[in-house]
Amino acid sequence: MNYIKILLGSILMVGSALNVSAQDLVKGKKIYKTRCLVCHQADGGGVPNMNAPLDGSSNLVGNDIARLVRIIKNGYSERVALDGYYYSNAMTANPDLTDADIANVLSYVRTSWGNKASKVTIARVKAVKRKKIKSN
Amino acid sequence: MKTSKIILFTFFVTMTSLLQAQSNASLKLPAGFKATLFADTIGSARHIAISKNGVLFAKLSRPDKQGRTIIRLEDENKDGVADKITGWANYGGTGIFLRGNVLFASSNEAVFKYQLDNKDEVLNPLSPVTIVSGLIDRRQHESKSITLDGQGNIYVNIGAYSNACQEKDRMPGSKGMMPCPILDSAGGIWKFDSQKENQVYGDGKRYATGLRNVVGLDWNTQTNSLFVMQHGRDQLNSFYPTLYTDAQNAELPAETMYELHEGDNAGWPYIYFDPYQKKKILSPEYGGDGKKEGGENAINPTVFFPAHMAPNALLFYTGNQFPEKYQHGAFIAFHGSWNRAPLPQEGYFVAFVPFKNGKPSGEWEIFANGFSGLSGDEKVKNPRNAKARPCGLAQGPDGSLYVSDDNKGSIFKISYSK
Repeated sequence: MNYIKILLGSILMVGSALNVSAQDLVKGKKIYKTRCLVCHQADGGGVPNMNAPLDGSSNLVGNDIARLVRIIKNGYSERVALDGYYYSNAMTANPDLTDADIANVLSYVRTSWGNKASKVTIARVKAVKRKKIKSN
Repeated sequence: MKTSKIILFTFFVTMTSLLQAQSNASLKLPAGFKATLFADTIGSARHIAISKNGVLFAKLSRPDKQGRTIIRLEDENKDGVADKITGWANYGGTGIFLRGNVLFASSNEAVFKYQLDNKDEVLNPLSPVTIVSGLIDRRQHESKSITLDGQGNIYVNIGAYSNACQEKDRMPGSKGMMPCPILDSAGGIWKFDSQKENQVYGDGKRYATGLRNVVGLDWNTQTNSLFVMQHGRDQLNSFYPTLYTDAQNAELPAETMYELHEGDNAGWPYIYFDPYQKKKILSPEYGGDGKKEGGENAINPTVFFPAHMAPNALLFYTGNQFPEKYQHGAFIAFHGSWNRAPLPQEGYFVAFVPFKNGKPSGEWEIFANGFSGLSGDEKVKNPRNAKARPCGLAQGPDGSLYVSDDNKGSIFKISYSK
């Protein structure tokens, strides 16, 4: 019987790692509110010259998920033009966020405001980390 | 018949208020004051300066559509609106200052000067003279705002490239560096000779230290001293959530005005000024807990204002046009906050502090509001929605007050008539 429970449990876990539910978006929104909103603002618009906007950001809705995961985990302080503009504040790291947290907040911001990109699964976030370990 | 009367009445009321709003460039001002748009959409206009002939110079932080970053605006037909607009220069930056026929302008790492003729036309647009160069620019707090003291000295803000001098800027858990090494070349005001060329750090002097970032500064000719406005630190709640709530972060620390004398230390990063306790409080990065005091050797502010409003310009009024109350008082352009989120933002207005005998003689008040484009008392929530953000101040030869906006580049002219 235990064997079946473990099997069912694994299927559910794998399922949740490959799916993004409405619940996940709610969790993502909560992370946004507590961690990201202070700088990126309630409308995802950022602050001119200081904090990059998320709404309409070509990087955010793009396919380089690995880059987004790294930025959320490690912060960001490079002098790089984002859609033609420079922003002067360093972005705070979030080293304590789990893979689920990162997946959920990415799913939330990629589908909020004017953004219509794909959601990000936990499996995808995990794959980024595995790649990173491999390339070391 | 009644319906048409109502429609007519409504029409007139609407038109009157529309005309009122338009005739004040949508600004809310005290009685007797009027505002007009001297210019519109000239670009990211940071600081401004005006000649004795009323020709206005604006420093843009980004090139306009014609690639220029110093714009010259003249109202040739004297209708209150600039009709001859030319420009030159291609470097970013904030500072601009006019003394006689010499126009000083700063990039984010250097200060230049240009010679003007008697018609305020620039003689050497392509070959500015470098006054100072090599000033540190690491993106954050990069404005090299400038002012002169009338005795041949130029004062330059070199903002700290840091929020609170943490080992890792804006990283949770990162401690404050002790001592803060940033202070030896930034986080203060540097004094140079305005008439010498090609100066570097070693040719100048650190005039004052412990100032996180001063975008607005002015030489007060009554007290013969330098006054500055400091942008206080951000994110107390982000890094110390057990010490500061969102609401507390929104109100801490104060934005502060200081009267500086050589050698003064305003206390950053070790302390911040708490406008409620009215004390210098030890920063949490240095072991503070919101209550412990610090900065025994640091000066106190002359005036303090609500947190995060971003004072970008300071001007002591020396004209005769405004009523007596405003003579020798201080106007401050508050660019507007971002770090109050999720609470509503503050600022986006020009404030005024009355002065008598060189000291504040009353509480600060909002002088001109409505730059954000919002009506009534509605507060800005998201900074990108602010239509205009006050950034620079200048006093015209007739005593009018000019305000620049670095969002789209409106230049407002505020005048008083009895």
